[in-house]
Amino acid sequence: MSFITRGFTGRGRERDDRLPPGQTLVGDFPVLSAGPTPDIDTADWAFTIRTESGTEHSWNWDEFMALPIEDVTTDIHCVTHWSKLGTGWRGVSLDTLFADVDTELEYTMAHSYGGYTTNVPLDDLLDGKAWVAFEYDGEPLDPEHGGPARLLVPHLYFWKSAKWVRGLEMMADDEPGFWEQNGYHLRGDPWKEERYW
Amino acid sequence: MSGMPRPGWHVATVAATRRETPNATRIELDVDGWPGNEAGQHLDVRLTAPDGYTATRSYSIASSGEGSRVVLAVDKLPDGEVSPYLVDELRAGDRLEVHGPLGAFFIWRPAAVTDDARPVQLIAGGSGVVPLFAMAHAHAAAADPTPFRLLYSVRTPDDVYFASEWAALAAASAPLRLDLVYTRRTPDGWSAPPGRITRDALEAAAVPAAERPRVFVCGSTGFVERVADWLVELGHEPRDIRTERYGGT
Repeated sequence: MSFITRGFTGRGRERDDRLPPGQTLVGDFPVLSAGPTPDIDTADWAFTIRTESGTEHSWNWDEFMALPIEDVTTDIHCVTHWSKLGTGWRGVSLDTLFADVDTELEYTMAHSYGGYTTNVPLDDLLDGKAWVAFEYDGEPLDPEHGGPARLLVPHLYFWKSAKWVRGLEMMADDEPGFWEQNGYHLRGDPWKEERYW
Repeated sequence: MSGMPRPGWHVATVAATRRETPNATRIELDVDGWPGNEAGQHLDVRLTAPDGYTATRSYSIASSGEGSRVVLAVDKLPDGEVSPYLVDELRAGDRLEVHGPLGAFFIWRPAAVTDDARPVQLIAGGSGVVPLFAMAHAHAAAADPTPFRLLYSVRTPDDVYFASEWAALAAASAPLRLDLVYTRRTPDGWSAPPGRITRDALEAAAVPAAERPRVFVCGSTGFVERVADWLVELGHEPRDIRTERYGGT
């Protein structure tokens, strides 16, 4: 449906196959947030998975750091049209966190300190596809980028990688979280340009 | 999201452009099929080069309400790919693709709609004033009784967006107070030397936290982070503070 925009030539013709449609490569790390950055002390931090039976699997910071930690190098894609390639993270795989979780439900709601939520299907979190990350580029994760820890689900648009994450709640249905209620797509696959609903 | 216009792709024809500041251009678009938009929403602009190469960027909308006329004000980024084209090259009659309206959180609606009579504090850094101008304009157009204040940080007097409109908005029946902070150069006879906004200046100019204002902050990430942190320190409820940032590209 596109037509040529008079006088626009653009640049950056060397199209990188790793860049999904409508995305632009950036060198810096832009921030997408809806409110102030919460100030979270790791002494008060915990990550909790809550199932339909009411069972809670919870880790405080020290317990979390004692779990197997993975180095992750991945591309990330923000709904606001920027991408970064080959970013380096450290975190705990969701496969590790779900190892002892007994659930029949297929959807999760990620909850963050500060009150934000985003919905993610369980399939998008397991089999090596997602982490709870606490280091970026060799440094502790900055608060404005979601520190002390954020979800990292790099195959979906980056708002799904909930900043300041504090837990996952199992859900029977794929209900929209905060970002999705405010216009973002229910799933957010960057290769299908699932930006807005 | 009841009552919110659904976003979609539209063809926009440039009705007029005019220099907004030495570094920015105001662009008036006639958007075919535009469903109208709320004050504070944004849209995506997609440009296509002759060889099919496309570039897409998000811009806040300076206008609101029904109708197909949509106003943008675009700041030229020094190494930008899209903004230099929009600021320097685009002219009346050109056509663009736009996708929107977008965003349902960083918006303001009249008190008659929301039944929320709390005062509103707008805080802008540079071109971050665009969605806040839309809110102030909608507030005036609705003759809304909600007390509005705008704290607006700019480099110099020449960099004030919507310079010819603020006086009329402040004189309208809807209450609006405007406080300007100049970071590089002030007007002659200005009471304070140029400099970045400080926590003390923010406390002095902003609606006090005790009045539980709704606060909208828009600017660069550094500006928004600084201001939002200070607001929380000054006792504002985090959930009353809504932020929007423009990225680095």
